[in-house]
Formats: sequence, structure tokens, C-alpha cells
Amino acid sequence: MTDDYSNNNHTDEASDPGRRRFIKNTGMIAGGVVGGSLLGGLLTNQFTDTEDDVKTESSKDKETNFQEARQFFTRMEDFAVLQAATERLFPENDDGPGAIKLGVPYYIDKQLAGLWGINGQDYRHAPFNPQAQIDIKNPEYQASQIPLNRGTVFLHGLRKLNEESQKQFNSTFDKADNDQQETILSKAEEGNITMSGMTSSNFFFLLRQATLEGAYCDPLYGGNRNMEGWKMKEFPGAQASYANVIDKDEFVTMEPVSLKSYQGD
Amino acid sequence: MPKKLEKVDAVIVGSGWAGGITAAELTKKGHQVVILERGQSQKQQDYIGSKDELRYSLRYDLMQDLNKETITSRNDLDETALPVRNNDNARLGNDTGGAGVHWNGISFRWLPYDFEIYSKTVERYGKDKIPEGSTMQDWGITYDELEPYYDQYEKTAGISGEENPIGPPRSNKYPNPPLKSTPSIDLFKKATSNLGYHPYHLPSANVSQQYENPDGETINGCMYCAFCEEFGCDFGAKADPMVTVLKTAEKTGNLELRNHANVTRVSHDGNRASGLVYTDTNTGEEFEQPADIVVLAGFVFTNTRLLLLSEIGKPYNPETGQGIIGKNFTGHFTNISTYIGARGFFEDKKFNLFMGAGALGATIDDFSGDNQDHTDLNYLHGYEVHYSQLGKRPMANNHVPKGTPNWGETFKKNSLHYTNRNLFITPQTGFLPNKNSYMDLDPTYKDALGNPLLRVTCKYAEQDRERARAGVARCEEIMKEMGADIVDVDDVADDADFDHKFYTDHFFGGAIMGADPDTSAVNTYSQMWEMENLFVVGGSSFPHNSNYNPTETIGAFAYRAAEGMNTYLKQGGGLLTQGKEAQKNA
Repeated sequence: MTDDYSNNNHTDEASDPGRRRFIKNTGMIAGGVVGGSLLGGLLTNQFTDTEDDVKTESSKDKETNFQEARQFFTRMEDFAVLQAATERLFPENDDGPGAIKLGVPYYIDKQLAGLWGINGQDYRHAPFNPQAQIDIKNPEYQASQIPLNRGTVFLHGLRKLNEESQKQFNSTFDKADNDQQETILSKAEEGNITMSGMTSSNFFFLLRQATLEGAYCDPLYGGNRNMEGWKMKEFPGAQASYANVIDKDEFVTMEPVSLKSYQGD
Repeated sequence: MPKKLEKVDAVIVGSGWAGGITAAELTKKGHQVVILERGQSQKQQDYIGSKDELRYSLRYDLMQDLNKETITSRNDLDETALPVRNNDNARLGNDTGGAGVHWNGISFRWLPYDFEIYSKTVERYGKDKIPEGSTMQDWGITYDELEPYYDQYEKTAGISGEENPIGPPRSNKYPNPPLKSTPSIDLFKKATSNLGYHPYHLPSANVSQQYENPDGETINGCMYCAFCEEFGCDFGAKADPMVTVLKTAEKTGNLELRNHANVTRVSHDGNRASGLVYTDTNTGEEFEQPADIVVLAGFVFTNTRLLLLSEIGKPYNPETGQGIIGKNFTGHFTNISTYIGARGFFEDKKFNLFMGAGALGATIDDFSGDNQDHTDLNYLHGYEVHYSQLGKRPMANNHVPKGTPNWGETFKKNSLHYTNRNLFITPQTGFLPNKNSYMDLDPTYKDALGNPLLRVTCKYAEQDRERARAGVARCEEIMKEMGADIVDVDDVADDADFDHKFYTDHFFGGAIMGADPDTSAVNTYSQMWEMENLFVVGGSSFPHNSNYNPTETIGAFAYRAAEGMNTYLKQGGGLLTQGKEAQKNA
């Protein structure tokens, strides 16, 4: 029952000089947050920014996405850092939308407001031992030995990114340019931002995981808006059967199916 | 004082394969059986429309809630163990059907070598070949004696398979033909054939066609929908205890399956078990369920912990080598087995990798067990190398070539580009027991009811790393033959040791079987030597770990244990007589 080698155990490609080179050689769009005007024809107006929502709410309130409000984050500034950081991890490019357009920040907000954010399924009894066995090459194990829950890890981590950005670049993280954001995120990833009760790599590990979750989860969770993540990935979602095509040699492209339509309610 | 309930013929801990098979066989003979299951009720209907990667693969919806109970883990005898706090590190089955619900369905028989591993090693290589510190031993049974029970399990579960060209003898063909093939499986088979190996389809409990088993239960044909591991089957097309043995037991009218019943002790007088004490987790009330025979059929950790908490048998002491309960902890560990190997990236070929089934794939047995000559090798036992197309789901499938970024724009581009262009092959390696890998009760951490957690101590020997390296090198050879443009190979570092990841759900030992009460806790009917009406069934009875998935062997031994229980109840007690060959070897 274990032959799923997929859980990203191999996270050893962490640091890479090639990435920085890549960034230098390409003119990435400036600004961490992609505004509504860049959405183009990909999405319907239910996903445009607040200004448009206000206009459309009265006339087209069926299409207003009431689920996109903050449950967990209280400070807009924290959420702005989350938006910028997730977009940097998973940016919009010619393949398709990035984290923000896919709804990743709201997805993470919802997750942190629930069972996952409070480590509801985890063993949470003292004594904790955050420093223990720090050399064990198993980030999930090491990260789990700290007394903070995931919600607090995110809050501390995002605020640290902001602090670090102010210190290094005299700008909040969300206003820093792409290269600057990358520099800070790399520093966090490598564990080189000093944090209390945890390492910055603990935070980065969760941030990366949650960003990919938000890009590719079923849209019921608030990420993968309009199944755009799945479309980019050529993943057809909840298909009933591949029995008639599994042995085919040619690549099969299918329209994705969400759980909402699969479950038929 | 716990409230005493009315006595039944047999009371069983756990409703997975081991408990389910036992319950089916006892109830078919007219015995009254109660199963105590601490998890919640589950039915096949719970899995209809459950193709939700986040909920089941990333949030572990079907796995044990570690908030209530977990294990602790360490490497060395002088270390303080730490609790395994989240499901990323412990993926253990739970609820009705246990781990038998969320499995992939790979259904191997183990080798004749496995059951007589000590004798056969000495016979072929001499006593000096047994590594220092090894506690490997014969199981007290031969493959030939176990074969009829393998056959029985395969028929119950409708195993769909292709004959293994170099496999051990079988009394019957698989009850169902193998699953379909795919271009990537064909590629693996072709490459391994070119190299002179003997590929065959993985034997599968994802059933290839609608099938009625000998108990009259129907298992549906597999849809290849790609949601097996960590999921219950949407279609009732994967053999699990709910669609087979639990249904059979319920039909007799002799089974009561009691959920939310968390067993904490075996009640006994030192010679006989009188029942099980449990807490109703809905109300907090404590009950005792008396029975003529008591069956522990939980996971390895549950069985071992219950014996230790109930003070049955002598706990194993690694300093002296004395004692037996907790001895020979082994498993498939993610950094030396099953999750390491070679990943190939193909530029010119896109495969339909989002389609699949848990046990859809192929393997070679050329390096399994003692199938290759170990005279010049610095390890014993071996590995099977398999490729499986279990269906790549999008959150978990973001592999990019080593040395390239794992976030940012290049990562996004690469991970999308390679989504259907990367194949992984892995060696599943055997693991031999050693004197410092064992289980006991933790001195510090407790469960939600205040009972000590089980503590696992696990240390790799050099031969465990060597075996893994050999397996990975074989994967590299095969992946190159498959024609990948980039081949990334995992490394087994010189200091690689157990990393406290209990992720494979393949763990063994604690109440090991054998032919001799001095070196085993149970006989080959899973009957406790020291307490004849107590049976401890499941992976806890395995003295070592082979290089194969264990479920079918657990099923086979559960059938044998159930036969023993029926004999025991019929003859009114006594230790069961083991097979002739086993006695000869004892």
C-alpha cells in the first residue's frame, strides 16, 4: 500500500544557482501582486478585484464570490505578504495564472482557520523539543516538534519576511521587486532568517506545500479557481473511469471534472 | 471497575484484514464474535465521490488521529524518544476496515527463503554469513505449509495477476487475469527483458473484472480512476475487508462490530485471557467484554502495546537479549526502500500518468530474497524493482530534474512540462531484524486516556544501506535502458539512519512467531505460547520483513490463525499442533 513515491520526499533541490541566473536573465513582471486588469479573458468577473465586485454585486450578486473574505488573517498587511510570497513561489507566466489568480492566498487563509491550522489531528502534548534532532533529514518530522501551530507559524513567518524586507530593501515585502522578494524567500528557505521557536525553513516548507495545494486542490477548497490549475497541468480531475483509454499510446486530453459535478449535487 | 458484558465465544481487536478474516471464519462455524474497533463506522458508500486529493492524501482523512494516540521514536538506546506528531510521519490505518481500506492492493506471496531464512542462509553460505547483531530466525513454518492459505486469501480477494516466471510453486492460477497494461509498463517490461530479467505484472487486489468470491461476495472491476492509495474505492473494485470478509461475517448473524471501542487491556489471570477491557470513546465509560478466546488483530503497534500494557509475556530487553515482547521491529523505511530509486525524465514522450490503479505495474524478482547469490555481497536478502502507474495526482506530482529550482517560474514551467513525462522505479528492499531495533513502552508520553505510548527504537545496520544502494543502482540501470533523457538517482548516505517516518504502513514484529517458545511469542497459528486462548494476529507476528508488500501474507496467516481458533474451540483447548516440516526444523 505504499508505492506512492510522490509525497515530495525528495526536496533536496532546495538551493540552486541556476534559479538566480534565470531571474537575472529574464525580465519578470514588476510588483508582487498582480492586479485585476491583468486577468484578461481567462476568468469570469466573479474573480476580479474588489472595485469590480462592488460594481457587480447588486446586479450580478449570484456571481459574487462571497467566500473570498479573510477568515484567519486579521491584518491586511499580513495577507498582502502572503499574496506576494505565494505569487513568487508560483508566478503567473505564459503557462497560465499564478497563485493569486488561482485563489491560493484565500485557500491558505481558509486552511489556517480550520483543523490544519490548529494541528487538530496532531499529537500536541508536551514536552516539545524544537531543537531536537535538527540534523535529521526529514523536514516534516523536525517541523512537527515545535510547540507553535501552523497558523502561528504562518503569522510569524510572513511578518519575518516583511521585517527582513524592510531591513534589507527599505520596503514592505509586498512592495519589494521580484528579485528582492526572491532573495528574501531564498534566505527563509535556507533557514537563514532568525526566528523564535522555529526555523525559517520550517515556515518556508509549509508555505511551499500550501501554495501547491492551493494551485491544484479541488475548487471546493477555494483554490484552483475555475480548475485553471488542473487545466495547466492537464489533470482531468475526478473522472469516473479510464478503463477504455488506459492502454492507449497517444496522450489523452480531457476537460476536467470537479467534485461538485462528479458528486452531482 | 469496568462494566462486565455478556460473554461471547471470541472477542477481536480491530476490523482490518486480520480481524475481518478471523471474524468471517469463526462466524461461519457458528461462533458468536464481537469485534471492538476504536475508529468510526465506515461503509463502501462513504467512498462514493471521494476523489479528493487534499482530503485523503494531504490531510490523511482515513488515517489514525494522532491527537489521541501516537508512537514515539528514536535511533539509539541512550536517546530520548520524541513523539511522532503528525500524519506526514505516520500514516496508520483507522476506522472500520483498518489499513485494508486505503491500501494500493499490491498482493505478493513471500518466498520460501523468507520462512526458513536462518536455516537456508546457513545452508547456502555457512554460519559466518549471519551478520553480527542480527536476530533473524526461522518462522517455524515452510512456504509449502502456508501455500493453501495464500490460495485461500487470493480467492477471497480476487487477486488479479500474471504468473511470475521465477516465482514459488502455486497450487492454482490467480483467480483473475492481470490488470491491463499501459505504454509505460510495457516500456519497463521491455527494458527489464532486454537486460535479461523476468518482468511480470504486479499481482493486484484492484480486481481486473467483476468477480464473485467463494463466500459469495462481489468485487467490481477496476476503473483505473487513479484514486487507490489513501482512498477507499469509489466502485467497490478494490478488495478490502468491507466488501469481503466483514460482509461475510455479518451475513451469518453471528457478528457484532462495535465502533468507538478503544481497547486498553487484555483481562487475564496469568494463564488465561478472560476478555478485553475497552473505553467507549463516545461516553468515556469502561467495559469488559468477556470471551472464550481473545484475538488481538490490530496493527503491529496496537498488538505489541496491548501485550505490554496487559503485562503478558516477557518484554524484550536489548541489553541482555532476553525476553520476547517487542522484539524484531522491522519495516519498509522510506529512505532505504520503496520511496527511493531512479526517476527518468522523457523529453519526447508524454504518458497518460494521471490514469492508473494502486497495483497497476510490473516488477522483477531476479534480486528478491536469496534469488541472487549473496556469496560476494555484503548484505543478505534483496529487493524487488517495480514500476507502477498508480495514477499521479497533481499536488504530489511536481517532480523536476535535480539541480533545478523547486519554486518560482522555472519550477512552475518544469513541473508542468514534466508532469506526464517522468517515470519512477523503486526497489522495495527487505529489512532484517537486529538486536537494537525493538518496541517498548515510552517513559514520558501518554495517550488521551493516560496510558503510555509505544516507543520504537530503530537503527539501521550497514547491510541495510548496502542493500538499498544495490537496489537503487539496479533502478538506474533499468531507467537508462528505458531511454530516459535525464535519470536522477537517489543517494543512500553513509550516515543514513531511520528518520522516524512511519509512512509505508509496512511495519512488523513485537509478538513474533516461531517453533520454539524460548524464541517466539506465538506459534504459527498466532497462538500465544504462554496463554493458549490468546491469539495475536497480523504483521506483529513476522520475525523479519521481506522485500514485498505484506498484506497477502498477513491474510494467509490470518486464515491459518482462524483455522487454529476453530480447532481450539472444537477440541476445547490446548496448544495447537504445528506442521510436520516445522517440527522437523525446530
